[in-house]
Amino acid sequence: MGENGAGKTTLMNILYGLYKPDEGRIFVRGHEVRIRGPRDAMKLGIGMVHQHFKLVPTLTVAENVALGLEETGFFLPTKKIEKAIEEAARRYGLDIDPDAKIWQLSVGERQRVEILKALMRDARVLILDEPTTVLTPGEKEELFRILRKLADEGRGIVFITHKLDEVFRIADRVTVLRKGRVVASGVPTSETTPRELAKLMVGREVGYKLAKRPKEPGEVVLKVEDLFAMDDRGTMVVKGVSFEVRRGEVFGIAGVAGNGQKELVEAIVGLRKPEKGRVVIDSHDVTGRSPAEVLGLGVAFIPEDRARYGIVPDLSVAENLVLKAYRYPPFSKGMFLDVDYIRKWSEELVAEYRITTPSIDTPAGSLSGGNIQRLILARELSTTPRLIIASHPTYGLDVAATEQVRALLLKHRDEGAGVLLISEDLDELLELSDRIAVMRDGRIVGIMDASEADVEEIGVLMSGAS
Amino acid sequence: MFLPITVRVEKRLEIPPWLRLAVPVCSFLVALALASAVFAFQGLNPLAIYGTTFSRIIGTRIGLSFLVVKAIPLLLCAVGLVMAFRAQVWNIGAEGQLLLGAVAAAGLALFVMPEAPSAVLIPAMFLAGFLAGAAWALVPAVLKAKLNVNEVITTLMMNYIAAKLVEYLIYGPWRGKATWGFPFTDLIPGNAVLPTVPGTGIHYPTLMLALLSSGAVFVLMEKTKLGYEVKVFGGNPELAKAVGMRPAKIIIACMLVSGGLAGLAGVGELAGVHKRLMYPESISAGYGYTAIIVAWLARLNPLACVLTALLMGGLLAAGETMRTSFSIPYASVNVFNGLILLCVVAGEVMLRYKVKLVVRRSVGHEA
Amino acid sequence: MRPEVISSVLQIAIRTGTPLLLGAIGEIYAERSGVMNLGIEGIMAVGAVVGVAVSLATGDVWLSFLLACIAGVVMALVHAFASVSLYANQVVSGLALAMLGLGLSSLMGRSYVGKPLPHTILPRPVPLLADIPVIGPALFYQDVLVYAALALAFVSWLVLFKTRWGIMIRAVGEDPSAADAMGVNVYLVRYACVAFGGAMAGLAGAYLSLVLRPGWTEGMTAGRGWIAFALVIFAFWDPLKAIIGAYLFGAMETLQFFLQVPLGISAPLLGMLPYVATILAMLFAVSETLRKHIGAPAALGKPYIREEKVI
Repeated sequence: MGENGAGKTTLMNILYGLYKPDEGRIFVRGHEVRIRGPRDAMKLGIGMVHQHFKLVPTLTVAENVALGLEETGFFLPTKKIEKAIEEAARRYGLDIDPDAKIWQLSVGERQRVEILKALMRDARVLILDEPTTVLTPGEKEELFRILRKLADEGRGIVFITHKLDEVFRIADRVTVLRKGRVVASGVPTSETTPRELAKLMVGREVGYKLAKRPKEPGEVVLKVEDLFAMDDRGTMVVKGVSFEVRRGEVFGIAGVAGNGQKELVEAIVGLRKPEKGRVVIDSHDVTGRSPAEVLGLGVAFIPEDRARYGIVPDLSVAENLVLKAYRYPPFSKGMFLDVDYIRKWSEELVAEYRITTPSIDTPAGSLSGGNIQRLILARELSTTPRLIIASHPTYGLDVAATEQVRALLLKHRDEGAGVLLISEDLDELLELSDRIAVMRDGRIVGIMDASEADVEEIGVLMSGAS
Repeated sequence: MFLPITVRVEKRLEIPPWLRLAVPVCSFLVALALASAVFAFQGLNPLAIYGTTFSRIIGTRIGLSFLVVKAIPLLLCAVGLVMAFRAQVWNIGAEGQLLLGAVAAAGLALFVMPEAPSAVLIPAMFLAGFLAGAAWALVPAVLKAKLNVNEVITTLMMNYIAAKLVEYLIYGPWRGKATWGFPFTDLIPGNAVLPTVPGTGIHYPTLMLALLSSGAVFVLMEKTKLGYEVKVFGGNPELAKAVGMRPAKIIIACMLVSGGLAGLAGVGELAGVHKRLMYPESISAGYGYTAIIVAWLARLNPLACVLTALLMGGLLAAGETMRTSFSIPYASVNVFNGLILLCVVAGEVMLRYKVKLVVRRSVGHEA
Repeated sequence: MRPEVISSVLQIAIRTGTPLLLGAIGEIYAERSGVMNLGIEGIMAVGAVVGVAVSLATGDVWLSFLLACIAGVVMALVHAFASVSLYANQVVSGLALAMLGLGLSSLMGRSYVGKPLPHTILPRPVPLLADIPVIGPALFYQDVLVYAALALAFVSWLVLFKTRWGIMIRAVGEDPSAADAMGVNVYLVRYACVAFGGAMAGLAGAYLSLVLRPGWTEGMTAGRGWIAFALVIFAFWDPLKAIIGAYLFGAMETLQFFLQVPLGISAPLLGMLPYVATILAMLFAVSETLRKHIGAPAALGKPYIREEKVI
């Protein structure tokens, strides 16, 4: 276990042959080995379930399992696989339809396909990278049951997580990583305590919380009424969502990814046409308006998919910073840009937001993940927005960047902005939000005050268990 | 046994300035070397060919003027392509757009206003040529902007259609009376012919227009909102949409500018070089395609296109010399074209990535 | 039109469509693996000239086809090297290859212009079947390569959708990082598919210069490579659907000769027909793509870079 950015995923990717180590040695069953690629890892009996699943969405379950598997026949390779899948399904309770296309499956089902893939290659060691972040509490129990069964069969399981309760729930022994170093190695979980592990993990006493001033709610800045929206495949995934965000509050939306949050956000900012319902920002009805009109009202948008909606990798830091402001004076006059002003202003932002970059002319794509997120925040927040829409704003960031992002969101809340925060990370939601809504299957299934909310209740609402 | 060395590819944080120049230059030289090998393999002495063509082109006033004449349409087409390519709009249709410019100019000079004085007729021809080229580009532009139809295919097809249109005109309704049976139109009236620098074939009004448009596109790309939008759209179309840019506007603007500039090149070829409409392959010696290389060799910088247009103009002129002096088919010049473009585009990797050899300190056994 | 005319239009349409079919099958493989190769126009030209050269030198028509194929592979490997190994822009690299191919063919072909070939492959009737009215001669009075191309289309469909290789190819074109994680050699698959595409384009060119229009003339490919490229989209990356598309385009090209006299339209105007039809076909393909939610392979045109993280 270890915090975000502690190097857990990098380490596992080395074991799986995706990254090459600079130095050091790897032993499998007592023999030193060199792993040059996933194929070598598989031959050594190492299987991996990545945090972002490595599945081809347009292929079927059976085809994904057959991919790269040498034991299948040349013709109709899926015939044999289908039988094997059914057998594994019986043995481990991994229920799955071999003919379904991956894109049709839920997240939990996709994870089962990943586990199946590893089992079909007779993985003796199974590495799972943060496998529970995407699961509902119910699916989580199911996963633990399957893992227990695999371990009982004599397979080794490496379970990567940053959640203490999961370590004590499932692990026999635990190794803690901090900033790329091992700070505790193979300690039996029976001989340690959650408090001790937490201290090892972060290097300081836990219980630290961002100082959050009591909320002073102002007038309504965002009003969503009975909103309906479809996904790219034409299925209705937002089904009548209504809520309000006031100035000076953080309104969090919890939910397992794929329950319509992405489409909801896109429908609000104008990237997706709503089928029905209304979106009102301040007193302007912006339903079905273009992103330019919505963002022009003082809306900051911190997108979920940073590579896709966050930056233009080939353009410079300065050109990326001015992406929202370029339309207006003093950044441009008439049809011309004020290049000198833009440069001066960019230098200031780089300093203010502590963006680490060789210069403002460096291509933004060559920055690290944390600095890319700082660049996006600088761009979005420098214009003192009235409404901030943040999707998974700290996902994949290191500790320092995460804290900076959270502090910035709270700062703007205190200065009177309304914040709509979409996250899968319940700790983050509880820490930042004033009110939390839970979204499931395209609907808001509950809204509660963060001070009164507890994780259990949110979990139940997220999973739909009664 | 494997060597204890790992090849590591890293993204460059910054491109050293000398490398920006060195990579295209080296690419060009490598291409030249490869082309020599091809010629030698074909039983031709590359050194003899290079020597003769070089001295005939660079060494004589006629040769030099010929080079500039070839560079004019290349520069006009390339500068427009720079803008389109920056937006990742793959206009491969400059060839057809150029032909349409020539058709418009011919129509105006022969049938619409042959009596008009030069001061009116020549600007009118350039205007008509720009509009005709832009209109020809508008078809793929709208199909791409509204329906997302692959513009590479549509612009290519429009090239073939344009060539057939020119053939139709010269064999049919526009066929001239005084052409000794050749499928040409009549010569355009004298007042429609572009003036040239004395003693050369350089039709300077088109040259001025070409240089002007190179500067104009530079300003457009670096100093205006539209240019900025073009770059953002080319780099990340999803994000461009998310911040409220209108892709249709950007695509159509790029196609209209590049089509229009190619149209101007067509006017120059008609009124400055051939003075009549004739076979499409005579009107344009593949300028629309060669311009792609001019643009790419200039690393999509409109000012640098002036240099690369002269370079490629020299190459096309060399192609003519090879045909007359060594009876090598003119299309063989495409060997150079293709190799240069390949080397340049392959050389880009040196600009974007650093290739490092890392020595491993500990080596395990093979898996 | 009289039945004999319809029959001969069909017969010629299928022959004319055969190089398009061959080119399209190859390009389907390249694109399914994620590499767009705009160079097939140039590869076809090289295939055509190599076919003629070998035929004139050796008189062995099958050897001519074989060497044209190999020449196609060599050409395609240049594109594979640039776009797969050097992450070059596939549009530009493909165009460069097209230019190179057209240039090379013109240079190599300069001594073959107008020379008659020692032999060619003639259509032969299939006994009995060729006597069926109208469709008999169209379908069963063809040369052996027409049948070979059909068989190739079927086999390549089978490989793509019913075999281990097919899964690998489609996975690499849809999500190379997922394929990589499963131990598939993304680069090898892409190289192989592009090379196969080159072989098919070379074969298509040789069919053009050895069978369809025997002899070498400069520019004889006349945009057929581009049309084959367009056909891939029209066929939704499916070799079986490419058969229909190819013959349809063959018909367009054939019709211009049959319609010229009865309709009194000039040759250049009718000559626009295949190109206009290509644009219309693209429109059709786009509307079908939207309706059926089938698109290009997701990773098409994107180089795969397995990056090392800097820690």
